[in-house]
Amino acid sequence: MRALVWIGENTWEACVDQARALLPRQAAITLLHVAAGDIEEVVAGARLARLGRPPAPPREPLDAVSAEEARALLAAAQARLGRPANLIARRGRVEREVVAACTDSDLLLLARDGGDRVGPRSLGPRTRYVVDHAPCAVLLIWPRAPSAGSPVPRPRH
Amino acid sequence: MSETASLLVLAACLAAAIIRPRWAPDWLVAAGGGLLLVLLGMLAPLAAGSALNGLAPTVGFLAALLLLADGCRRAGLFEALGAVMAWGSRGRARRLLAMVFLTGAGTTAVLSLDATVVLLTPIVFVTAASLPTNPRPHVYACSHLANTASLLLPVSNLTNLLAFQASGLSFTRFGGLMLVPWLAALGVEWVVVSRMFAADLQRQTAPAAVAERPAQVPRFAVCTLGATLAGFAVSSLVGVAPVWIAAAGATALALHQRPAPRELLAAAEPAFLVFVLGLGVVVRAAGAHGLSAAVDSLIPHGAALTSLLAIAAVSAALANLVNNLPATLILLPVVARLGSGPVLAMLLGVNIGPNLTYVGSLATLLWRRVVHAHDARTDIGEFTRLGAITVPAALVASTLALWLALQVI
Repeated sequence: MRALVWIGENTWEACVDQARALLPRQAAITLLHVAAGDIEEVVAGARLARLGRPPAPPREPLDAVSAEEARALLAAAQARLGRPANLIARRGRVEREVVAACTDSDLLLLARDGGDRVGPRSLGPRTRYVVDHAPCAVLLIWPRAPSAGSPVPRPRH
Repeated sequence: MSETASLLVLAACLAAAIIRPRWAPDWLVAAGGGLLLVLLGMLAPLAAGSALNGLAPTVGFLAALLLLADGCRRAGLFEALGAVMAWGSRGRARRLLAMVFLTGAGTTAVLSLDATVVLLTPIVFVTAASLPTNPRPHVYACSHLANTASLLLPVSNLTNLLAFQASGLSFTRFGGLMLVPWLAALGVEWVVVSRMFAADLQRQTAPAAVAERPAQVPRFAVCTLGATLAGFAVSSLVGVAPVWIAAAGATALALHQRPAPRELLAAAEPAFLVFVLGLGVVVRAAGAHGLSAAVDSLIPHGAALTSLLAIAAVSAALANLVNNLPATLILLPVVARLGSGPVLAMLLGVNIGPNLTYVGSLATLLWRRVVHAHDARTDIGEFTRLGAITVPAALVASTLALWLALQVI
C-alpha cells in the first residue's frame, strides 16, 4: 500500500500520530508539504502598488524562507513518525498540488481544519477541494478528539 | 486638442509607472511630460509654477518621512517588531493575528503604508512561517492593513499628505476626525479576516514553543519616533509646520546612525519625488483642460452622509482604475473646494479602495497578468474575495464614522 500523508502547519502532529497508529507496517509512506504560492505573490505584489517606486526585491527571498520552513516541518514529521518515509515538498496552488501528488497513491491521509466541533465547515475550502478531487481512498482524521456528545441536528421534516 | 494632448501625457506617465520600461523611467516621463505641456503652450508657465509651489512642501515632508522610516529600518526596528509579534503570540495563531493587527496598524499610522508594505509584511511572513501556523491570514491581514490603517494621520499615506496640505486642517484635527473612521475600518478587517480564516486560526494540536522575550529593542529609534509623534500633536499649538518636526526626527536618527551620504540620498528616493512633482504638473494641465470639470460632474456637492458615501465610492473606484496617487491628484482640486468633510471622505475611498486588488489597481493587475500569463501557480482568488467583502463594508463603516465625527468634533 502506498499512503500519502498531507502535512499542514496547524495539524501535522495529529496526521503523523494517526498515520503511525492506523497505517499497516508494510505501507510505503510519503509525507507531503505544499507551500502556498499566493502568500509570496501577495507580499511581492503589494510592492507594485507603490506607483513611481523601484520594485526593490525583499531583503530575504521569500521562497527560500518557505522552502526552509517546509524542510524543517517535514524533518520534524519524519522524526515523529519514527518510520522510513519519502518526503515531498511542493509549492503552488495547495489543493491542486495535493491532488496531483496523490495520483500514484492508494490512500491519502489528511486532517480536518483545526477545531474539534462536530458539524459543517470542519473542512476549509482547500481541504474540501482535495476530498472532492482525490483519485484515491481518503482517510480524514480529527486534529483533536471531537467534543463528545455533539448532537446531530434533527431533520426538519 | 489640448484636452486630448494632456490626457495622453497623463496616460503616458501612468503607463511608464506601471510597465516600467528600462528606456523610459517613470520620473523622466512625468517630468518630461510636464515640460512638454508647458512648451506646447497647453499649460501656462505660471500655472505650472503654482502647481510645483503647491506640491513642494508636501514633497519635502514626504522626503523627511522616508528618511525617518529608513532610519528606523537601519536601527533594526522591524526585526524587533517581528520578535515582539512572535513573543506576544505565545505560539497561538489567533494571538499572532492580534499582534499583526496591532503592529501593522501602528506601523502604517506612524511610519506610513510604505513601511508596512516594504519592511513589515516580509517580517510578518518570516515570523508566521517560523511558527507552526499557516502564514496566509497574517500576511493577507498585514497587506490589507497597509491600506486600511493608513487613514489615521497625515503622515500615514502620501494621499493624506497631499490632502492635508490642501484641506487646511491642523495635524491634531485631522487625526481627531479620522480616529473613529480608522477604528471602524480596522474593526471590519478584524471581523472579516478572523471569520474567513477561522479554520487556520484554530488552536493547534500541540501548543507551540513560546518565543523568548525580545532582548533588542532599538531604544533611540523608538524614542525619536515617540518624540516626533508628540511634536506633530503640538505642532499646530506652537505654530510650527509639521514638516519641520519630521525633518528634526529624521535628522536626529541620521546624526545618531551616521549613514553614508549616498545611502541617505537613496533613502529619500529623489526619483520618486521628481515623479510626484511631474505627475502633479501633468494632472494640473489635464484638470484645466476638462478633467476637473468631468470629475466635478461625477461628485455630489455637500457634506450630507449620502454625499460623503458617494465621494468615498467614486474615489475608491478611481483609485482602483489608475492607482491611488493619480486618483488623489485628480480628485483633490475638486473636493478641496467642498470643505474638509468631502476631502476626508475622498481619502477613505482612495486609501481603502486599493484592497480590492493586491497590486493597488486594475491597471497594474492587468499588466502583471500579461507579464505572468505563463505562470499559473498562484491563485489569488481568496485575496480578491477578502477584498470584495472588506472594501465595501469598511468604506460604509468608516464613512458613517466620519460623518458622525464631523457632527461632534
